[in-house]
Amino acid sequence: MQTRWRTVDIVVASIIAVAFAAVFYAWNNVWTALESSFALPWRAVIYGVWLVPAVLGPLVIRKPGAGLYTEIVAATVSALFGSAWGLTVVVSGLVQGIGGEFGFAATGYRGYRLGNALVAGGLAGLGAALFDLSVYYGDTFTAGQKWTYAAIVVVSGVVIAGAGSWALQRALSKTGVLDRFPSGRERVAV
Amino acid sequence: MSTWLGRRDATAKLLAALLVTAAVVSTLDPVASLTVIGALLAALPLTGVSPGALLRRGWPILASAAGIFVFTVLLGSRDSPVLAHLSLGGAGLDVRENAVGYALRLLAIGLPGFVVFATIDPTDLADSLVAHLRVSPRFAIGALAALRLAPLLADEYRLIRLARRARGTRAGLFSTLFGLLVAAIRRGIRLATAMEARGFDRGGPRTIARETHFSWSDVSVIVVGLMLAAAVIVLKFART
Amino acid sequence: MLLQGASGAGKSTVLAAMAGLLAEDSGEQEGEILIDGRPAQQRRGETGIVFQDPQTQLVMSRAGDDVAFGLENRGVPRAEIWPRVDAALAAVGFPYGRDRGTAALSGGEQQRLAIAGVIALRPGLLLLDEPTANLDPEGAQLVRTAIAKALQDLDATMVLVEHRVDEALPLVDRTIVIGEDPDAVWTPAAPGSLPMPARKAPGPPGEALLTAEGLGLAHTDKTIDEVVLGGQALAVEGPNGAGKTTLALLLGGLTRPTRGRVVAAPALAGPDAARPPHRWRAARLAGRIGSVFQNPEHQFVTDTVRAELALGGASPATVDELLSRLYLDRLALANPFTLSGGEQRRLSVATALAAAPRVLVLDEPTFGQDLRTWRELVTLLADLRDEGRALVLVTHDPQFVAAIGDRRLELTR
Repeated sequence: MQTRWRTVDIVVASIIAVAFAAVFYAWNNVWTALESSFALPWRAVIYGVWLVPAVLGPLVIRKPGAGLYTEIVAATVSALFGSAWGLTVVVSGLVQGIGGEFGFAATGYRGYRLGNALVAGGLAGLGAALFDLSVYYGDTFTAGQKWTYAAIVVVSGVVIAGAGSWALQRALSKTGVLDRFPSGRERVAV
Repeated sequence: MSTWLGRRDATAKLLAALLVTAAVVSTLDPVASLTVIGALLAALPLTGVSPGALLRRGWPILASAAGIFVFTVLLGSRDSPVLAHLSLGGAGLDVRENAVGYALRLLAIGLPGFVVFATIDPTDLADSLVAHLRVSPRFAIGALAALRLAPLLADEYRLIRLARRARGTRAGLFSTLFGLLVAAIRRGIRLATAMEARGFDRGGPRTIARETHFSWSDVSVIVVGLMLAAAVIVLKFART
Repeated sequence: MLLQGASGAGKSTVLAAMAGLLAEDSGEQEGEILIDGRPAQQRRGETGIVFQDPQTQLVMSRAGDDVAFGLENRGVPRAEIWPRVDAALAAVGFPYGRDRGTAALSGGEQQRLAIAGVIALRPGLLLLDEPTANLDPEGAQLVRTAIAKALQDLDATMVLVEHRVDEALPLVDRTIVIGEDPDAVWTPAAPGSLPMPARKAPGPPGEALLTAEGLGLAHTDKTIDEVVLGGQALAVEGPNGAGKTTLALLLGGLTRPTRGRVVAAPALAGPDAARPPHRWRAARLAGRIGSVFQNPEHQFVTDTVRAELALGGASPATVDELLSRLYLDRLALANPFTLSGGEQRRLSVATALAAAPRVLVLDEPTFGQDLRTWRELVTLLADLRDEGRALVLVTHDPQFVAAIGDRRLELTR
């Protein structure tokens, strides 16, 4: 297995990141809009969307560093588009990306099955929760609430970022757009 | 970028903003946040961002802060269900002041980020990262190229919706977004081919056509950031 | 040298192989291509290639930076880069300075910029894959002039893939045709002549199906009043920016008019005639007014050609008939995105036909078509028109208009 990133790997990972940065822009506003009806920590149910690049990147590109790279670029570009959380999202992205990376590093970057995706999503969520709890909510949550928050973010990560990315990658593969990648399928000779 | 701040080195600006953000994040003190916000607004003319533009593009930041303020300070009381989730640890601060601190801190985090990116040109950022931080040029330029495709994707979104309608299928949001992702990846693959055709992955050393300086005025940007961050830390310790 | 061939014969593939760009993982290969005695992959540095799609060749957001991109990759010292960039921009007649944003350029300007980017590297072999395929005649002419001038300055070999021979001949010394079907290729013709007998409407037009009343198009104050009649082909012509695509979208019931309105006759829409087409349900719209877009890829939603045609609920017999009429039967199981440009365009026309609408709006249907498909399209569309359907054809192709157009609407900027 080649570990060096080809040009097409870099550009497509970046494109996925940019596409999700746009999604983040919208999703950030959903988070804010829900502030009135859904208080924390339950609002964190929607958290998984921010973690998708950390899992989808490796599933598509299948090279080391894909989770970290895709998530960091997505976070940085979303800050560029105008995120309410300024530069902290870049550090968030770093932590989330590392979490996602571990899900695939654990099997030596050779396994890209549903299990890997779920673990990666969960770990990305864990990273995100640890970051948020120490930076944002340290003084305001009780210990019980902190555990709840972390649990919700992790579950959201597993479901939305883990299972969701896995399903998304399979759907992309069926369209043939991933044929230049190891995650694509064999084309029918015509 | 034609303003003074616009011409400063991108890494310097990023570093200054990160220092300030890191300092602000460590405290809920309203005065510290206000200091940062005030400093930023005072420097606004230097950045070339008009107050109108700030409102237009920065509205998510303002909306977030306003949301926190409204729903906790004005509508909250000690036994409101909303506030139950913001219960204190024994810091001894009044509930309202804490919520004000939150809202202001959000502004103090969001605004530097917004202003920094408003004054950074993506190409300059890529060049600066490659020149000063030894980021791999393949990754920096690859990401830059993908970013250039972003406005095209907006057009593509509209066309995909129209095309689905013309085909007789309802253009659901998720389906359209999926189609957009597929189109984006396809464009990315073609762009990568074109880049390779122009020698991108050749393997030899790569020059940068644009010059990147790092002069004293860039250092001064970092120093200002450092001073602002220090002021925040000092205020944080002085007021507790 | 001009390289011709039926669409799908492999012209783009040959060019990509010459450029050393064929990925080893994307198919089977036999034989080899040698440039100056060495395999093409090793000669990438001396080869420059320009592709069909202007948008996805440009890498940077400023024009000058984009031309400099290739030079940077080559490791050219900074002091040399900018003079070469300026020389290349001047050679192609680029009308703006270095700081011009690339996203704001017209198609012709973007293609010229792409050519500048390639010739700045002074390649020994210049490859151009249908560089004018997506451009209007004005832009295409400017690009051809730029190519001619580039060839004067460089001492390069050029391989140009182009369907329309007449415009390309002055640029080349030799023509090569690949593929098995010599009839599929355009040959030089006397001006004003057509490669097939014209197919104008045999009788008077039928009833009015769609009417545009006081329709305003984006940038001008002018309004359009037109009637789309059954059994008639209306050709919409004009330079880029005049609003042809906007008109096509409005008549297709896809966008809402900002001024004026589009009215459908009861003969077309039955009870829905009281509502404007842009308010109809998508399925009903497709059954009444079919639209074919300029970029076929936007319209593909499934993953095989056959599934695309069957999408609207067409019977298998209809699907088979369409497949064979448009020479797509061989490709029935292929993914639409893997088809060549010309094949994709045929497929998008076929998908619009599958729902058998009474009105067809086509945006540049003959772009990049080889002669055989061009003839087949004209025949097919003429047959549909003779059955009583209405055709609205947005086109830059004067021969197409001469072959099938019954009435012409000229839009100006």
